[in-house]
Amino acid sequence: MITLQALTKRFGTFTAVSGIDLNVGKGEVLGFLGPNGAGKSTTMKMIAGYLTPSSGRVSICGHDVETDTIAAQTALGYLPEGAPAYGDMTPRQFLGFIAQARGFSGAEVKNRITAASAKTELDPVLDQPIDTLSKGFKRRVGLAQTILHDPPVLVMDEPTDGLDPNQKHSVRNLIRTMAAEKAIIISTHLLEEVDAVCTRAVIIDRGRIVADGTPANLIARSRHHNAVTLSLPLAQLAAAKATLEQQPYVASVEEGPRYDGAGLMTVFPRGHELIIESVSTLAQQQKWDVKELYAEAGRLDDVFRALTTHDTQRVRERAGAAA
Amino acid sequence: MKPVMAVFKREFAAYFATPLAYVFIVIFLLAMGAFTFYVGHFYDNGVANLSVFFGYHPWLYLFLVPAIGMRLWAEERRLGTMELLLTLPLPIWATVLGKFLAAWAFTGVALFFTFPIWITVNYLGSPDNGAIFASYVGSLLMAGGYLAISAALSASTNNQVIAFVVSVVVCFLFTVAGAPLVLDFFQLWAPVVLVNTISGFSFLTHFQAISSGVIDLRDLVYFGSLIALFLAINVVLVDMKKTG
Repeated sequence: MITLQALTKRFGTFTAVSGIDLNVGKGEVLGFLGPNGAGKSTTMKMIAGYLTPSSGRVSICGHDVETDTIAAQTALGYLPEGAPAYGDMTPRQFLGFIAQARGFSGAEVKNRITAASAKTELDPVLDQPIDTLSKGFKRRVGLAQTILHDPPVLVMDEPTDGLDPNQKHSVRNLIRTMAAEKAIIISTHLLEEVDAVCTRAVIIDRGRIVADGTPANLIARSRHHNAVTLSLPLAQLAAAKATLEQQPYVASVEEGPRYDGAGLMTVFPRGHELIIESVSTLAQQQKWDVKELYAEAGRLDDVFRALTTHDTQRVRERAGAAA
Repeated sequence: MKPVMAVFKREFAAYFATPLAYVFIVIFLLAMGAFTFYVGHFYDNGVANLSVFFGYHPWLYLFLVPAIGMRLWAEERRLGTMELLLTLPLPIWATVLGKFLAAWAFTGVALFFTFPIWITVNYLGSPDNGAIFASYVGSLLMAGGYLAISAALSASTNNQVIAFVVSVVVCFLFTVAGAPLVLDFFQLWAPVVLVNTISGFSFLTHFQAISSGVIDLRDLVYFGSLIALFLAINVVLVDMKKTG
């Protein structure tokens, strides 16, 4: 329902988005990941029709965003970065404006406001000026605006930014309940969010897609995937480390933090093999006093860090290219 | 027209949601009064007409209307609501027109509250009410002209101060295009056709023509096409922002 073809955006000599191809279908919740300045927001702005691509095209439900803008925007619910809203209006007035701008009239405007504010738990503040609301409520006003017309496609730039853990939880629930019927793209910095709501994760760096898969898929690329962490008394730690390092299935062993007379150790397998049974058997043979022993699924931030570049490095490279 | 109405209603209500509307109307009326009575010596003239009052309109509009127009787009861009507004399924022309009409209606409201002076002049004598009505129409059209210029320039920057200053300068040039200040300079060397054309762009010339009590189609067409031209420029400037 969302199609990006060779989407590119240049600002002067700087290429913010470079040839992105993407297809998002109904029932998918795509998590858009990437460091600041990687091109996430620029891509979303082009999907929403706020920025015109330098080349390539975007279509929403078959409507080309550049040539059939109004039809595409009608099918889209878009939450811009920072959830901007008119601060001098109350949420009720603001949502009323959005409803009318989207072509609703009469009782339908009221119904839409009621439904959207119920879903985003806005009821208690509906008649207070938006400027006076807390960050959490402001964000939810933006979300209510996004889902007001029950669009088949949702694009949300950092929908849970600035929310407390309870609010994040309810927003994620909201996204999950809508997921089956819609195509959704959210951008986020929070890797746990991808795990919690997304069916698919795309990592972009320097305007290009560097990874695309299910969250489990990406996690499996982490060096922590199938690594085994165990905790042992400090007295046994050094010997156990030496023994483990000699095992053919072990690539490396790293020591972790120590507490209460015990130390943690993480054993990395060769080639992502499942080694927890071998380690456990070894521990029994060696009569180690194991306090904890578990295999790790992997860590998304490993993958993220391995695939993306630090912003200072990017700026330096850009300055170098310009000089 | 529905998208235009949606934008119009929001914009028009926004003036009255903040002190902006009240402050503006009060200052507008005070300034009108001060110029008419103290600078223009309305009573001393001993004539029952409002030509003194209307004579100051172009000069007051020159500063007050850009103050209204400067925020139209510059503020949206600074607050980020521009992104929201332009990603709603509204044609850009409808958004431009809705914003302009709301601001114009607002200046109309401010102008409306000058009605006591019309009553006063009728109490003092028997003025040509037809000419006064025509002057009001002309004044409103002229305000629309200033506003269209200011709105378009507001779309070219996210800095309201820049929008204001540039608008005042451009509006000034349009105001005085027919005045000796400008025409004397051109008359020395330019052909008569050019001088007449420049003089034809003057707000003052057209406003004074209407104020004399004759609503000539040419003057209406002048203000109408000037407003249309700057609204079109406004649409182009907003659309250009999309290319980054």
